[in-house]
Amino acid sequence: MDKATFGLTMMVVGIGGTFLTLAILIWSIQLLKKIFPLSAEDGSKANRG
Amino acid sequence: MIEGIFTGLLGLTDGVQALVTLAGLKQIVMLAIGGTLIFLGVKKDVEPLLLVPIGFGCLLVNIPGSELMHQGIDIGAKQVLEAMGPAAPEALKAMAKDDTGFIRSIYNMGIANELFPLLIFIGIGAMTDFGPLLENPKILLFGAAGQCGIFLTLLLALALGFPHLEAVSIAVIGACDGPTAIYVASQYAPQLLGPISVAAYSYMALVPIIQPPIMKALTTEKERTTTMPVVKRSVSANTKLLFPIVVTVVTGLIAPKGLPLMASIMLGNFMRECGAVTRLTKASENEIANIATLFLGIAIGATMAAEDFLKPTTLAIFALGFVAICLDTVVGVGFGKLWYVLSGGRMNPLIGAAGISAFPMAARVVQAQGQRYNKKNFLLMHAMGANCGGQIGSVAAAAVMLSVLKGLGLI
Repeated sequence: MDKATFGLTMMVVGIGGTFLTLAILIWSIQLLKKIFPLSAEDGSKANRG
Repeated sequence: MIEGIFTGLLGLTDGVQALVTLAGLKQIVMLAIGGTLIFLGVKKDVEPLLLVPIGFGCLLVNIPGSELMHQGIDIGAKQVLEAMGPAAPEALKAMAKDDTGFIRSIYNMGIANELFPLLIFIGIGAMTDFGPLLENPKILLFGAAGQCGIFLTLLLALALGFPHLEAVSIAVIGACDGPTAIYVASQYAPQLLGPISVAAYSYMALVPIIQPPIMKALTTEKERTTTMPVVKRSVSANTKLLFPIVVTVVTGLIAPKGLPLMASIMLGNFMRECGAVTRLTKASENEIANIATLFLGIAIGATMAAEDFLKPTTLAIFALGFVAICLDTVVGVGFGKLWYVLSGGRMNPLIGAAGISAFPMAARVVQAQGQRYNKKNFLLMHAMGANCGGQIGSVAAAAVMLSVLKGLGLI
């Protein structure tokens, strides 16, 4: 594979892949926050801490 | 007898004699570089935990006659040669007399097999609170934007003539993440490990100097003075506990080649959040990380032998590393400006500069710059979120890169 093709492939797939991975993580975090909302117990622990 | 004493005394001058040759002059330059690194670490507080051992390793390996990085043969092969006795070829017998140098042993123990960067990552995970990121997960996108410098620098490195894998290793300096740069370089460009590591750690320390002019140049007065709302606490303990496991599984499935990196940082974070293994958490963030840092620093410094370091490629690596970090900031702030427009002026674009892995320096720079232009502006928690995103983003970008390389059949 020549350098120009390699560089452009890495840039497109690399940037796209990084954004995609982090977008999936954002979605996963939001899902976790919905499944495990902040409870009163969490709040009191934070206040004690 | 007098002749013997004279000959013996001459033996003591071997090192000095070696310094007055052409090769010796190069070693004098490297001794000066090693001394400079130690000076920067001790007197200027520039990443002292890394630069002091790196500088010392550099001094040790450039003292003439030093055999600290000498690669001997393994014990098994040595035993075979001894068993062969006089029948063994002379050349092999000569090799068998050479022992592996003490720093080479450290290098083989933890750099050649990527162990030390991963141990440091466990410590980093144990020290990091991802809370600010979890409060506002969308800010993780800054962690992706902040890695674009890696891929743009890769194009530049290829254009300068570096082979594919060397270009990738150099570009990863743009992750602003020392252990990641070392992890990738030790696998795919071990001959460039010294300059890449020193460049990565030097530029990380220079973030407070490199970023502010770029941030100012790319933003308007109105954008810089944009205030951000106070971050409200909205994350449960269970979310914080499960976050490292989810990140490990998701990134492992997408980019398995980078799993050791992500898994290490998330293992440390899981131990921190679960609270059940306090001793392991404390050991990871203190003793283990400190020992790994010391050994890693000495071994990296010892890769800076004059004949390997004093080359035009070293200057090119430093220049490309600088460009990478500048481009990270440019794209990060540019992404912040886009967010500013899309959010109707509610996102301060300076936050974009924190989407790199230099933690918590980049977040502090954003906070300082925000306050410089608007005393009522408190961007720290938002910037910390973006900075946490940068830590995850840098590892994700490296992992994606390695997996793409594997997909292309290059590794």
